[in-house]
Amino acid sequence: MKALLVGEYREGKLLDSIYELLAFAGKLGAEPVVVLVGDAANVPRCDGSVYLADVATYGEYNPDLHKQLLLAVIHKEKPDYIVFSHSSYGWDLAPRVAARLKAAQVSEIMGLVEGGLEVGSCNGKMRRIVKPVTATAVFTIQAGAFAAQGEPQGSPTVLTLEIAGAGKVQFQGYEPVEAKDVDLAKADIIVSAGRGVGKKDNIPIIAALAKALGGELGASRPVVDAGWVNHSHQVGTTGQVVSPKLYMACGISGAIQHLAGMKKADFIVAINKDRDAPIGEVADVLIVADLLQFVPALTAKLR
Amino acid sequence: MRLLVCIKQVPDMESRFKVNSSGDWYADADLAYRMNEYDEYAVEQAVLLREQLGAAADLTVLSMGPDRVVEAIKKALAMGCDRGVHIQDPLVHQKDPWQVASAIASFARDKKFDLIFTGMQSQDRGSAQVGVTVAELLEFACATTLVNFSYADGTITGKRELEGGVKGVVRLPLPALVTCQLGLNVPRYPTLPNIMKAKKKEITSLAVADLLKEEALAATTSFYPPVKKGGGVVLEGDPADLVVKLIDILKDKNLVRR
Ligand SMILES: Cc1cc2nc3c(=O)[nH]c(=O)nc-3n(C[C@H](O)[C@H](O)[C@H](O)COP(=O)(O)OP(=O)(O)OC[C@H]3O[C@@H](n4cnc5c(N)ncnc54)[C@H](O)[C@@H]3O)c2cc1C
Repeated sequence: MKALLVGEYREGKLLDSIYELLAFAGKLGAEPVVVLVGDAANVPRCDGSVYLADVATYGEYNPDLHKQLLLAVIHKEKPDYIVFSHSSYGWDLAPRVAARLKAAQVSEIMGLVEGGLEVGSCNGKMRRIVKPVTATAVFTIQAGAFAAQGEPQGSPTVLTLEIAGAGKVQFQGYEPVEAKDVDLAKADIIVSAGRGVGKKDNIPIIAALAKALGGELGASRPVVDAGWVNHSHQVGTTGQVVSPKLYMACGISGAIQHLAGMKKADFIVAINKDRDAPIGEVADVLIVADLLQFVPALTAKLR
Repeated sequence: MRLLVCIKQVPDMESRFKVNSSGDWYADADLAYRMNEYDEYAVEQAVLLREQLGAAADLTVLSMGPDRVVEAIKKALAMGCDRGVHIQDPLVHQKDPWQVASAIASFARDKKFDLIFTGMQSQDRGSAQVGVTVAELLEFACATTLVNFSYADGTITGKRELEGGVKGVVRLPLPALVTCQLGLNVPRYPTLPNIMKAKKKEITSLAVADLLKEEALAATTSFYPPVKKGGGVVLEGDPADLVVKLIDILKDKNLVRR
């Protein structure tokens, strides 16, 4: 069995997620072959072959062209699996490759089980086992689900990859995150508001608890998208990754993209009226209650 | 300009999910359905562009599924889409993303759409495949995960959201398909007059068998709630008691003073 692992390169750097792909290939028991649009100074430490296309020619984001590059390698290597990270690069590119190969795609794999691949469902409340029926399959793997074991080692054989062509989508450049007014990464205590707070007028209830505990206010994405608090308070994959001593999630369901930002907190308290909310999976204490009753009562007792 | 927006109806994610009798999806009974959250942003963006272009544009909303999905189509019509298409498929949950995309592409192929909007993923299945696969099948330019969209002179300028909140600015020629991320805009609530107006808008019904000739490439073999990892305590009951219990725990962990 052979797995083609698609590395990712962003703003001049090879992303560490390549080592998760290598760990996944190990779990599959597949021989890994890496393919990457990058540069010779940033090759992953591993054994075997690395196909390298020059980022100066093919760009960091040029999905049509990257698809062609991958198809060229697939044609040569005939892998059983083509594996991407489930990231903004991976979920954008994987279906293009799968469609061209008419291969099954299984997205955001979190585990390998007897008879198939385990994926999340219903915002993390449920799980599914998916089984490809095609000989070749395309996979994207959940960030953090397949952690690299130990220090990466090895020096691969680098093979130059070139094709002719142009892409339809034109990449214009990156736009950095707006300046932060709070650095949550430094906070010992974070109390976060989720959509369960109901409306903007209720944010002060959560902010008051944060203050009473001597912590900072955090938020889940919908609260930020709705403009109730600004983006610098957002915790999660597209916000900040935090690891406070205490994290309190108020009215937050616990979607994977939120968990990715806070599950390393030492102690997690969740307040949710839904006993089955997936936040319960990482919470040390799950308080099943209406936060509009519970939080003000807690704040009052702490004062 | 011919615009299409593809939407899915999904259960409210706060529902209690029960496994169906075949063990491969949730049981339909007792669930409240709504428009997939990501698709609300897609509809809003399509309607905004429709308004920008005025009479020069025509906006179709499409949904595939059992009869209940007509409710989601009606909501999109009330938000400002011009016409609806319902691909009737009571067994849509057994179709894999490749089949759903193939059915949509086979509907769209001869309709000369210039621009297609979809959500970046559904809340229940979360595969993030259907939109991109439709684009591939139709050979449209495609970019995913947009949090910003503008259109002028035949070119789309979009911002893709990347990890950490960094954005990637992209330009796409027509015909194109874009997938919409949370926060792209502020989806409107349909007003009563617009709900009334929407009742007069046409909804065409098509049988999935007439559009879909593809077999599934992947199968869902089981569906279940995650095993609770344990470890955590669950506290229920009177809020005043819960406050006392939590403070005791926090004191014990030295997380609050006193
Ligand atoms: C690519 C991508 C990136 C993303 N990045 C992020 C990110 O960085 N951060 C992030 O947070 N999300 C992110 N998301 C969104 C994520 O998938 C979820 O949609 C989001 O985290 C949900 O936020 P929430 O838990 O506040 O809302 P919901 O999922 O709507 O949950 C609300 C919760 O509040 C509870 N509740 C309601 N009322 C009450 C009450 N009165 N008392 C107590 N509990 C109540 C409900 O039971 C429910 O569990 C991203 C998604 C994608 C696709």
